[in-house]
Amino acid sequence: MISPDQTADVDGGADGRKPEPAAPASDAPGPTITDARALGGTKAPSALVVNKLTKRFGERTAFSEVSFEVAHGEVFGFLGPNGAGKTTTVRTLGTLIAPTSGSAIVAGIPLSPENEVEIRQRISIMPEAPGLYLRLTVTENMEFFAGLYGLHHADTRIKDALAAVNLADRAGDLCGGLSKGLRQRVGLARTLLSDPTIMFLDEPTSGLDPVAAREVHDLIAGLRQKGVTIFLTTHRLDEAEKLCDRVAILNTTLRTVGTPAELREQLFKSALVVKTVAPLPDPDKLFAGIAAVDSWRLEGPDSYLLSVSDPRAAAPELTRALVSAGADVLSIGEAQHSLEDVYLELIDEDVEARKR
Amino acid sequence: MMGLDSTHVRAVVRKELQDYRRKRSIVATMAVLPFVFLIEPIVQIFLVPASTSSSVLSKDLSLPLLYLLLIPIIIPATLAAYSVAGEREQGTLEPLLTTPIRKQEFIMGKGAAIMIPSVVLSYVVFGILLAAVGLFAHPAVSAAIFHKGPILLSLFLFTPLLAGWAIVVGMAISVRASDIRVAQQLGTFASFPPLGVIALLAVGVINPTFSVALIFAAVLLIVDVRALRIVSRMFDRERLVTGAKATRSGAGSTRHRFII
Repeated sequence: MISPDQTADVDGGADGRKPEPAAPASDAPGPTITDARALGGTKAPSALVVNKLTKRFGERTAFSEVSFEVAHGEVFGFLGPNGAGKTTTVRTLGTLIAPTSGSAIVAGIPLSPENEVEIRQRISIMPEAPGLYLRLTVTENMEFFAGLYGLHHADTRIKDALAAVNLADRAGDLCGGLSKGLRQRVGLARTLLSDPTIMFLDEPTSGLDPVAAREVHDLIAGLRQKGVTIFLTTHRLDEAEKLCDRVAILNTTLRTVGTPAELREQLFKSALVVKTVAPLPDPDKLFAGIAAVDSWRLEGPDSYLLSVSDPRAAAPELTRALVSAGADVLSIGEAQHSLEDVYLELIDEDVEARKR
Repeated sequence: MMGLDSTHVRAVVRKELQDYRRKRSIVATMAVLPFVFLIEPIVQIFLVPASTSSSVLSKDLSLPLLYLLLIPIIIPATLAAYSVAGEREQGTLEPLLTTPIRKQEFIMGKGAAIMIPSVVLSYVVFGILLAAVGLFAHPAVSAAIFHKGPILLSLFLFTPLLAGWAIVVGMAISVRASDIRVAQQLGTFASFPPLGVIALLAVGVINPTFSVALIFAAVLLIVDVRALRIVSRMFDRERLVTGAKATRSGAGSTRHRFII
């Protein structure tokens, strides 16, 4: 596999463990930045430092005052609704478009016109559409990009990149004859060619079937283990939750940054879900008698959502109370809010704020 | 201008030539068009009576030969007009621009890939014409043609220069056009100035001599280089990339983890 084994110029991750993400930029917008994880002891330089970056197209603001850091070896999810500025952010960090204001350090190099080529040498970007030459074979496409990265005698590297995405047997096929999913994989193989320090992946599983998407997930997980920094733009919140160490939610301005768990904790109270065979005769009285339960509400005819401060401490007491009351308990579980809940909560806040 | 990386330029040239080979319309155009331009001069040359006086013969033979100079204008103009607008329309421009290639290298690579087949084809057609004249034309006509030094020099000297002109004009249109068809239609403008010069030669306003040929060649070379720099300045990554559109939607779910 090319990328995992040949990756160089990264800190941490050599032992296969997830490297710790860096703390966010010191001057990041205070109230919305939730992540405060710092590298234990010595602080490694971040792969990506973005500081109050803004891009405007005339009167329209694509994104504004965006600040965050991405540590080496981190998989950083970048979420947001359509038109939030995600792709423009990637294009800006990838030197395709110039920021209106703010600064960034990409792969250790300050983002500036004179450093554009050097930055592009150290990163790779997979745009949403793979953009392959359909009249050329898979190998010819790869050879072209190997040339653009200045790679000489790139045969082995091309073979390894194609093997990494399970396309070794399709190397001689014309790209025009490949399915959308296979084209997406060729695009991904292309980003592996140059052993980038940072990979920007814009919707890498877009249009892929579940099996192919899972293969891409496995590939990203493998790259993370070997220390490649991945900046993942996605609409698939389950994908972000599964793959990303931290996520940022962008809606023109950066709404929040943190691990999925931190964001859930920040936005939602802990809760237990109780399911019984039959409705409880007097749930108000029963739950009021349990100290750990702050409040409750009906979720279904036989299902109750209990707000608690510590689910693990509350569950045994709740179980005892239910049994004492003669309730036939089906299950007691901790309510888990998905990243989608976090996302929708934040985006809905924005929608409400705009209405006001 | 910063130093160009020949690896990048070669990669673009190689890819372009591979792409041309696989595109039937380009292969057909390159195979047929030059020979269409060959028909008219051959007919004219072979229809000129051998008994014509040498001064009239000389004048009658100039225009058909200069007519051949349309080949290195027409073919590259179309290809150049497609070069950037085509990449943009098929969605390949953005991935390409994310690589370390400089815009000058991209333009040079594209230009060279268009120049090479256009010039080779033009020379092949000139060679065929001269061979046909040498083998089959009346000796007087043949001698008249082979003694037209300035015209023959123009053919060989102007071919790459006119191709260069057509390429830079075509690319200038291509980097600004939002639609391939518009770019290709506007690309035909590249042929207007050279056509004007050919017309002036045909009507005798400009007398074809060695010095005139060399002066025109020098002027054309300067114009080509200047135009190339202008194209390079016109090549705006941001403008080329932000024309792309993308929309997607996603979903998630609330779930709970069992404690007991």
